[in-house]
Amino acid sequence: MSTTETTASGIGPVEGASVYTVDNPAPLIEPPRKRTKKTPKSTRGNFEMAAWLFMRLSGIVLVVLVIGHLLIQLVLDGGVSKIGFAFVAGRWASPFWQVWDLLMLWLAMLHGANGLRTIINDYAERANTRLWLKGLLYTATVFTILLGTLVIFTFDPNIR
Amino acid sequence: MPAGTLYRGREGMWSWVAHRVTGVLIFFFLFVHVLDTALVRVSPEAYDEVVATYKTPLVAVLEYGLVAAILFHALNGLRVIAVDFWSKGARYQKHMLWTVMAVWVVLMLGAMYPVLGHAAREVFGS
Repeated sequence: MSTTETTASGIGPVEGASVYTVDNPAPLIEPPRKRTKKTPKSTRGNFEMAAWLFMRLSGIVLVVLVIGHLLIQLVLDGGVSKIGFAFVAGRWASPFWQVWDLLMLWLAMLHGANGLRTIINDYAERANTRLWLKGLLYTATVFTILLGTLVIFTFDPNIR
Repeated sequence: MPAGTLYRGREGMWSWVAHRVTGVLIFFFLFVHVLDTALVRVSPEAYDEVVATYKTPLVAVLEYGLVAAILFHALNGLRVIAVDFWSKGARYQKHMLWTVMAVWVVLMLGAMYPVLGHAAREVFGS
């Protein structure tokens, strides 16, 4: 008889018979990592999943906003040649284009900032390097979003 | 060193690399672009002066590169969404990448005259 032989109940030839009976049942073993009342509350939340979803949803909207923007600025009506203060004033006279540009600014900056956050997390190996690079990234992002928003809302066609 | 052991990647890896590189380039451009647009709050002259450099032939080539990066990032981004949310997305990821590249080439050909035309007229004369 081979020593590696096992029976259907998982009892080897050494044991000979099951030590458990109806009166002496096998102990119930809980699955590892099962959440119980004693499991501490997760402190991380679902931020990474929200960020993952945001990249996809904002990406779809940005495809429309940015390709429309490129068509207007670089392709239609003489391309880049017609762009100037007067052209900007003409477009921002309409709330439609103000909202378009505002939405594009916020979504593109947050989408880009989250992308760079991922890249910093991937390639910066030292915790301190990550901290500083992300600090710089968040500062530049907040500054750019606020500046752009301020410019759209306070634009004055009669500045001169 | 034995020959042929270096992993050179396949379509999936290289599209992932290109998506990162184009994304970083676009983000840095966006930062500069918000700053130059903010000049409309300084004076019409300051804004027009900076935009004038955007109309030079050299910057027109850079603009064509920007269009190339944005179009690839946009089309490949839609492919990534399809891989994540479409049940057959992972199976067709290579087909979708070649579709992305074909659409990209067509759009780049279409953008050539509008973006580079004025630069060509300036450099080679009209």
